[in-house]
Amino acid sequence: MKESLIKFFHRIEPDKQKSPFLHTLYDGFFTFAFTPNHVTKGGVHIRDGMDMKRTMVTVVIALQLCYIFGTFNIGQQHFDALGMYPGVFEGFHLKIFHGLIQILPIFIVTHVVGLGIEFLYASRKGHPIEEGFLVSGALIPLIMPPDIPMWILILAITFAVIIGKEAFGGTGMNVFNVALLARVFVFFAYPTYISGDEVWVSGIEKSGLEHLSIQYGWVHHLLDGIFNSFGWSTFGPGGIPTIDGYTGATPLALAAKEGWEGVTKVYTETQMWWGNIPGSIGETSKPLIIIGALVLIGAGIASWRIMVSGVIGAVVVTLLMNGLVPDQLGPDTPGVFKFMAVPWYYQFYMGSFFFAIVYMATDPVTASATNTGKWIYGFLIGFVGMIIRVLNPAYPEGWMLAILFMNVFAPLIDHYVLEANISRRLKRAKAKTVTAG
Amino acid sequence: MLSVLVLMFSATGLFAQAGGGSSYFIYALVGAAVLIFFYLILQVSDNLLAIEAKQNGIEDMETNFSILPGIKDIFSAKLPDYTKGAPVKVLKRGHDILLEGEATKTVQEVQVSNYAVQPINFRGIAPIPKMLVEEGATVKAGDPLFFDKSNPDIKFVAPVSGELIAINRGAKRAITEVVILADKTIEYRELPTFDLEKNDRKALVDYLLGSGIWPLIRQRPYDCIPNPDDVPRDIFISTFDSAPLAPDLNFIIKGKEVAFQKGLDVLAKLTDGAVHLGLNARGEEAPSTAFTQAENVKKYWYHGKHPAGNVGIQIHNSNPINAGDKVWVLGIQEVVTLGNIFLEKRFNAQRTVALTGDELQTPTYINTYLGANIGDLLKDNLKEGNNRLISGDVLSGQQKASEGYLNAFDDQITVAEEGDYFEMFGWLLPLAPRPSISNTFPNFLFPKLKFHADTNTHGEKRAFVITGQYEKVLPMDIYPQALMKSIIIGDFEKMEGLGIYELSEEDVALCEFVCTSKQPLQHILREGLEMMQAQG
Repeated sequence: MKESLIKFFHRIEPDKQKSPFLHTLYDGFFTFAFTPNHVTKGGVHIRDGMDMKRTMVTVVIALQLCYIFGTFNIGQQHFDALGMYPGVFEGFHLKIFHGLIQILPIFIVTHVVGLGIEFLYASRKGHPIEEGFLVSGALIPLIMPPDIPMWILILAITFAVIIGKEAFGGTGMNVFNVALLARVFVFFAYPTYISGDEVWVSGIEKSGLEHLSIQYGWVHHLLDGIFNSFGWSTFGPGGIPTIDGYTGATPLALAAKEGWEGVTKVYTETQMWWGNIPGSIGETSKPLIIIGALVLIGAGIASWRIMVSGVIGAVVVTLLMNGLVPDQLGPDTPGVFKFMAVPWYYQFYMGSFFFAIVYMATDPVTASATNTGKWIYGFLIGFVGMIIRVLNPAYPEGWMLAILFMNVFAPLIDHYVLEANISRRLKRAKAKTVTAG
Repeated sequence: MLSVLVLMFSATGLFAQAGGGSSYFIYALVGAAVLIFFYLILQVSDNLLAIEAKQNGIEDMETNFSILPGIKDIFSAKLPDYTKGAPVKVLKRGHDILLEGEATKTVQEVQVSNYAVQPINFRGIAPIPKMLVEEGATVKAGDPLFFDKSNPDIKFVAPVSGELIAINRGAKRAITEVVILADKTIEYRELPTFDLEKNDRKALVDYLLGSGIWPLIRQRPYDCIPNPDDVPRDIFISTFDSAPLAPDLNFIIKGKEVAFQKGLDVLAKLTDGAVHLGLNARGEEAPSTAFTQAENVKKYWYHGKHPAGNVGIQIHNSNPINAGDKVWVLGIQEVVTLGNIFLEKRFNAQRTVALTGDELQTPTYINTYLGANIGDLLKDNLKEGNNRLISGDVLSGQQKASEGYLNAFDDQITVAEEGDYFEMFGWLLPLAPRPSISNTFPNFLFPKLKFHADTNTHGEKRAFVITGQYEKVLPMDIYPQALMKSIIIGDFEKMEGLGIYELSEEDVALCEFVCTSKQPLQHILREGLEMMQAQG
């Protein structure tokens, strides 16, 4: 069976000279199905079972819980806005399918565009396809708003992969985190699609002064037909008005205006902890991200140092800000003071800190390479990110910018860690000559 | 660290006051202040103790002068009692690769007809040395065969007596093997008597140069033959090997204790520093008394996983090599040969070699001589199949054909299965267990499990992506990845600064094994060392 499969694969192998692109494509899929029969040559004779594909796929596996919850939460937020099916399992199929309708195109477009560019570059440069985009491609859908237009997504990914990665020489050479670069592209090029209160809940649009759910498309109608035949509840035609007082504001937007009190007026703590709040697709559920983090730490893939020091950095800066707020907070106090007064543990209930520090900050290529450097790098991400989140009125959340900012400084941090190592060595030599002389 | 703590305390303080304040808070603050005060007193007195110790000249490694138990004392691995309280250097980082096919502790005699001296085994000599004997000549064991033109004093001698049947040449006519068809009973060239007490170092060096032992001494950095004009800062000997399936040196040294001690005595005369012996604190049983009761040496105990047994690691963790330093290293069997030059008055190149690997029918120890033919050593012992013969261990050994010869410094031959097969979804769902340090394999659940390892690369070569994984298995204050990158770009200053002098291929072999990107680290390091050596 295996032999005949391999024989079949060898028979269909395209010629490398005549059609390099097809050959690269073939090579990518063949090495996906079979680890090649390469043997060690010179150097070590046996090799660890770990390779890049396995490393990358472990991260993708750790992300799966976020994917499942993200899909569900797109639907949940949509129906919450309309005041329908408040319970988790009420209208469960509608929530899941609404989520799938939103997330599948994003996922497919991300991979087709990203991998397509990756294949193209691999064939032009004549090297095998590198696995870096497996993780970037899994991360990008999770950090986008659910209603992101496809053309923006395509532009963003093209920018991130070509300018952010291939221009520097491909996987392992990039300075910036590719997934975040895609997001920051949307953020600065098309800000209306990724900021404000309205983008975080799927399928709600503003008409006049009130919010309505969209007119459902043909996929929804097709599904309705199927659901009808089972006697299940259906989507209906759409155009339903939202509940009274609906704004779609995220906890962070509320906190920036009225502090923790303002947040708890709309969302309960449990709701925020479990992630039943509007936000980017995959970043809302804290426990599921923590499970993913434990998987990554247990597998030794992601750096626990960055995660721990990131948390410390965020806590330290929150405590400092807590210390700086005036004693009495009244109705006239500016919102920023109220935001500053939010205790550190509540800061973690809001926003995407966990997702950013677990999956984005720990990217080994763009983070510091040395262990000491990782402590500094993580701490500064926590520190800077929290400052941006609370003190900067222009940006509702700070982690994307903080991580990209620290990406730039990671080589500098490493440089000083290495310089310290070098001067330790010099000092050692000097001490030796002094005692000898 | 402390400042962060203080910062947090003060910040919580402000926050608590904003929240109304309470007397408990004041108590807590006073309590914390008192604790910090005592901590500071302890720290200061502790440092004074350490300074005192230094002034009294006690700065032996790792002695804890502190009144506080160090973190190491609380959390360190349980150390064996046979070290009798001597300081043990615990090396936290490393990994033992457990493989099937360990040699059983019996010594067997094997008939070997051909032996070879391989000039390429010795670094630092020209590829075409000057031959002293012709093809067809008969030689005794210890007779000079050739010398390096740049250093005519260093003689390379025959390990056995017999007829010189071939001078094999490789690329660019470089001499690869000088082959001797061995006599049934070996005749030795009688060496002149040498009085260690009466003669000075210069005379001793001249005597050793002609005896044949000189090329078996290696100089760090570079792992090359030492220059006879150099006086080494120190001499280092590791008395245990932690590599996969490595021979048990306690077993090999049995019956050679006297010669070993004699060798140490001679070495002590060659250096201004000391002869350092690295002792094994890993095992359940105490090492051989030949090592633990050796005289005229400084002893250091090491506890830790591979590469703790590598002499380079031991040097780094006791008396590191600084720029400009030259130290010498020897294996224990070379020390025995050296000792026998003075005891038996002959160049006795007898070697006990472990035949290992689960592709052998009976992995065992054998007695032979330097440069034995590998095919002869493994005759009737190989299992069927496509196997790779390795002189040395699976990490830093060299692949050999069965016509090949045991390398000069190796005391082990490993046979491993060639892994030239396709594995369906081998990266995702591997079916056969394989050695790995990654917890994505269930290996960590079975810490005692021994593996069958083949030579498959388990993946393709990639750019450096994962960081920190080399550091996990290299117990040195060195950043291997940064060093490798500086070698690749040829940055001499960085290479020297990041400690290239302290490394040899065997030290980074484990890093190469664990490398997710399947980079050839030993090869890169050698290139770097050659660049440095060429620079002078």
